[in-house]
Amino acid sequence: MIDGLVTLAYLVAASLFILGLKRLSSPRTARAGNRMAAVGMLIGVVAALLSEQILNPVELVGGLAVGSVIGVFLARRTPLTEMPELVAAFNGFGGAASALVAAAEVLREMEPPLRDISAAGETVVNAPGLGMAEVAVVAASVLIGSVTLSGSFVAWGKLKGKRGLSGFPGLRMVSILVGLGVLAVGALFVTSGDVGVVFPATGASSDGTMLWLAALGVLSLVLGVLLVLPIGGADMPVVVALLNAYSGLAAAATGFVLGNYALVISGALVGASGLILTRIMCEAMNRSLANVLLGGFGAAATTSSGGGDSDQPPVQSTTADDAAVMMAYAGRVVIVPGYGLAVAQAQHEVRELVDLLQKEGVEVSFAIHPVAGRMPGHMNVLLAEANVPYDQLIEMDEINPEMGQVDVVLVVGANDVVNPAAREDETSPIYGMPIINVDEAQQVIVLKRSMRTGYAGIENPLFFKPNTQMLFGDAKETVKAVIGELKTLQAA
Amino acid sequence: MSLALFIVFVLASFVGVEVISKVPATLHTPLMSGSNAISGITIVGALVVAGGVEAPWAKWVGVAALVLATINVVGGFLVTDRMLEMFKPREKAVAETNGRA
Repeated sequence: MIDGLVTLAYLVAASLFILGLKRLSSPRTARAGNRMAAVGMLIGVVAALLSEQILNPVELVGGLAVGSVIGVFLARRTPLTEMPELVAAFNGFGGAASALVAAAEVLREMEPPLRDISAAGETVVNAPGLGMAEVAVVAASVLIGSVTLSGSFVAWGKLKGKRGLSGFPGLRMVSILVGLGVLAVGALFVTSGDVGVVFPATGASSDGTMLWLAALGVLSLVLGVLLVLPIGGADMPVVVALLNAYSGLAAAATGFVLGNYALVISGALVGASGLILTRIMCEAMNRSLANVLLGGFGAAATTSSGGGDSDQPPVQSTTADDAAVMMAYAGRVVIVPGYGLAVAQAQHEVRELVDLLQKEGVEVSFAIHPVAGRMPGHMNVLLAEANVPYDQLIEMDEINPEMGQVDVVLVVGANDVVNPAAREDETSPIYGMPIINVDEAQQVIVLKRSMRTGYAGIENPLFFKPNTQMLFGDAKETVKAVIGELKTLQAA
Repeated sequence: MSLALFIVFVLASFVGVEVISKVPATLHTPLMSGSNAISGITIVGALVVAGGVEAPWAKWVGVAALVLATINVVGGFLVTDRMLEMFKPREKAVAETNGRA
């Protein structure tokens, strides 16, 4: 009876996930959708707690409490600029949890009660145990979960901008070897006997099985690191989406091990939606998934230098008051935000700048590249935080045809998404990636700390164009200075 | 392992693809974060494993899984909500900011 109710509750939870995901794909209903999914999760947890097998409530409540406190702390304390890193980290936790649950299930099957039976000389034909298919799924769950864990934390580090995390010569060869090792150890684990049934009966050591399982986990962790290391920084969002899909698949595999419908349905749902999201993002950058995974950008980072030492013409730099005058007397200004805006936390200043310009009668809008920042939609979140109205944000495809009529474009901390090399230079690693065509505007002002290359690590010919002026400095300080100049202009 | 589970898996995958085929770029990050929180459904598996055994090793591995899955679930849903909070209509947002100040 209670089993039936628990299963029904899982069905309700899974349905709420489907509805919630559906709503998450439209801005108006997204928040309600997220809450719906959260309610679904609560129902699932309560159902699991009510199922009659629960033996030790103290540890369970303790585990839930500790996890909740850490989760709430991380979710509340992390600044909005670091959302991509946080999502990557959570992803890793989810993958690790799935791998651990599968491992725990193997441990459970090998526990003493079964041995006692065999010690008593009985045959253990009817003892519960894992057949070879189940053991194979355990292996899959441990493999995918561990790759998700270590891969996500490498992604986390890369998103944090840690420079040491790049590939090394011969990495691909090592990855292939480790991959083969994973397959071999996985096969040894699976064929080492039907866990729980054979071992006690034959008297073979079950420690061997656990050893293979542990080795599989460790090798998979190494594989996860090797797979993500060579991937270029600008491709990280795609990788995080892909790892998200993996964490769903790991959950589904764990569901197969436990025979639990809630895990299988939700895992499949997340796995499929993660893959679709991965594909959508690849399309936005005009890159194939294979291209991303084999790491095109990473290689380029080592070949191009910091800039300024090539035979490019010198860049023109400008000052805050010139920039202020230029924008105050423009008819139309477009702002292109990038990650530099996010790190400098300049969104509130930029909004103040927009307000001042609008008071002057200047038409101002934002041009949003689909992958500006460290993650798609990153800019929208930041600008929304600063109360920039939704209708001022214009997507790339919409604004590009109008670029020729724009008087001044202000690029705030964006590099790669405005790099004309993507359009003009067939040898460039970002060639073919759609960009915002700021170079077609009358004047371009680029706010940037230095001439260092952007996240993709490639030179930007935009900076050397005759209609481009550089305004060096921290985005927040620079925008503040421009605001100050505008105010004196308006007072005069 | 039951065939029924496999059938459910395949069907649910199709549902997943259908549900997310057209999402605006604006929502990619919250969507990723939200679906990540849903993948924390492993929490149910962790509860079943950690709660259903007396075997000490299995139990403690299960409890470790439970803690990690809970971080994923609680943190994931909260952070998604925090991001989506930014997308509310402007007037309301301004009013609330003023109210807080």
